[in-house]
Amino acid sequence: MTTTPTVVRLRDVSQRFVIRKDKSLKERLVNAARSRKHREDFWALRDVDLDIHAGTTVGLIGPNGSGKSTLLKTIGGILQPTSGTVERRGRLAALLELGAGFHPDLTGRENVYLNASILGLSRATTDRYFDEIVDFSGIEKFIDTQVKFYSSGMYVRLAFAVAVHVDPDVLLVDEVLAVGDEPFQRKCLDKIRSFQKDGRTIVLVTHALDQVVDMCDRAVVLESGRVVVDGEPTVATRTLRDDFETARRAEADSSPSASTAPGARVLAVRALDEDGQEFRELSAGQSIRVQVDVESPAPLDDWVLGIGIDTPSGMSVFGTNTQLLGQRMPVLRGRQQFEIRLDNVCLGPGRYELHGALAIWSGPELHRLPQAANFSVSNGGVSVGLLGSTPTLVR
Amino acid sequence: MTSIGDRPATPLNDEASARMTRLAEEPLVPAGSVRGFFRGTLHSLRDLAAYRELLSLLVRRELKARYKDSALGFLWSLIRPLAILLVYYIAIGKFLGAERSIPDFAIYIFTGLTVWQFFTEVVAGGTGCIVGNAGLIKKVYLPREVFPLSVVGSAMFTFATQFVILLLALVAAGAVPTSSRLLYAPLALSVLIVYATALALVLAAVNVYLRDVQYLVEIGLTVMFWSTPVVYSWELVSRVVDHPTLQQLYLANPITAAVLGMQRAFWVAGADQPFPDGMAARLGVMLAVGLVLLWLAQRLFARLEANFAQEL
Repeated sequence: MTTTPTVVRLRDVSQRFVIRKDKSLKERLVNAARSRKHREDFWALRDVDLDIHAGTTVGLIGPNGSGKSTLLKTIGGILQPTSGTVERRGRLAALLELGAGFHPDLTGRENVYLNASILGLSRATTDRYFDEIVDFSGIEKFIDTQVKFYSSGMYVRLAFAVAVHVDPDVLLVDEVLAVGDEPFQRKCLDKIRSFQKDGRTIVLVTHALDQVVDMCDRAVVLESGRVVVDGEPTVATRTLRDDFETARRAEADSSPSASTAPGARVLAVRALDEDGQEFRELSAGQSIRVQVDVESPAPLDDWVLGIGIDTPSGMSVFGTNTQLLGQRMPVLRGRQQFEIRLDNVCLGPGRYELHGALAIWSGPELHRLPQAANFSVSNGGVSVGLLGSTPTLVR
Repeated sequence: MTSIGDRPATPLNDEASARMTRLAEEPLVPAGSVRGFFRGTLHSLRDLAAYRELLSLLVRRELKARYKDSALGFLWSLIRPLAILLVYYIAIGKFLGAERSIPDFAIYIFTGLTVWQFFTEVVAGGTGCIVGNAGLIKKVYLPREVFPLSVVGSAMFTFATQFVILLLALVAAGAVPTSSRLLYAPLALSVLIVYATALALVLAAVNVYLRDVQYLVEIGLTVMFWSTPVVYSWELVSRVVDHPTLQQLYLANPITAAVLGMQRAFWVAGADQPFPDGMAARLGVMLAVGLVLLWLAQRLFARLEANFAQEL
């Protein structure tokens, strides 16, 4: 890959928030002597080093409160880092909240100009793009109505329309893509793709991990203000999902249901072909026999066995369990082996993973073994996507 | 949905490669406001210049939104000072008898009132403007000075309309000011604008950290109103306060100087009334000091603005 210029460079960036519990003069005077007690330091970012190259799309992911939005605001210059430097080049537009600059008492038209100006567009340029903006938003009829009478969807449409017409080199997006109805969302995603083609840099914060895999060239996982993973989106999202799984399991272990079946777990999952042989490559239409080893030290009643197929990024492609099949499982004692047969599996090309899970009938999941086995599907490169089929041009 | 490996590497189209070349030539600049005294000033000024269009839009927003949905709309900004004028004219002029020692009392009061209105609007509006625009400040990067400055802008507009009324009143009263006395007007106005803006910048920034400031400002403005010669005359003050040091102290208030200067310029009937000596020089010095203070206020604002987004 040829290296493109760096558009954002962060060096040792730390961001400290001081949480004060007193705000008024009186409280401050009264507490002056004990003021140390009344402030708390919270490090939202810790020693972050990041170089973002022009033309890349970077996803910032992580659990709630991990510092994603803070990092985005620091890049945008909205927050000044406590220590470290943030440098950038090119024109930057931040879409941290749609319609942040909208004034409810002004009309749509006036707000377009105001918001465009806030995002750094000159009046002359806004004049030129105005029709395009209104067209993109699809609310021509209401453009001269005060925006306080807008529905939230209309509001968001107009705001996004303005934001994408500001000609930025770097676009910062914070969880705003999941707005509007489906056609509009599609329009937004198309716009972002065309942004990518134009060599614009996009930094986006999102919780939709599949979207990250789909759109980004690079993903950065933040946890407690530190960069944990920085690299391929598939690797990053998987790391994050594993962490979520660990957290979920820790929570499940401490919940009361765990005590009803301590130690019940999935030991192994194997993908076998018709002949009972483990396989690595699957051809279309073939059957898979999924063999699952489970174990429970104490007798376990009313339990459910589940299996599923996922993509490497962790998106679920297929899932089933004995509850969906309407089958009651016999009491589980010690170590046992079960098999679920999947007929007519038609998957698109790529790598897939199997997981096994153990749950209580209409109760919580007890244990899940992710990425227990894997296989790949190839079809000679004639298609992409999750569904497998053999395409032919008829005429 | 395709997985990452399947995406064909996007070849750079013309627009993209042009962008890359342009970006490679641009220098890396620090994000946000720049700390440092002189370098920071330059950076702030350049930032503000880039956003001057936004400034004018914000002023317009402020004016439009103020009397939104009211039938009389903008007329309210004229009705208010006229009502106050009437109250002072009757209560202080007639009942308390100030009219007897101050000729053309209505014009005298209105001259002072327009100045005072401008000052209150800038200081009170400026104090709350950063907190009031919290939604915007937390989400978008702008040079934050635009908010106090837009308050100044809209106050200037109100001032201009009241000023037109004052001029009409002068013509109606047949007391049109002429000659060199008019030179006091631009000087006094500059002093007024510079000090009001500096105060607004400081108070706006401090109010983010200490919300008590806005209540303090309310009280401060009331006290200050009665300590400037708007409804009483300099003559009355000098008669009671005869110690020269105390008189100098009274005159050291730049708003007092601005009010006196404006009265000198437009209150024709008071031409032979007592007037402090060396007022023009005093205003000149105040303007020079004020400009330095304005600069310091901006530096303080820039220093404090770094944490606006997290304090709001």
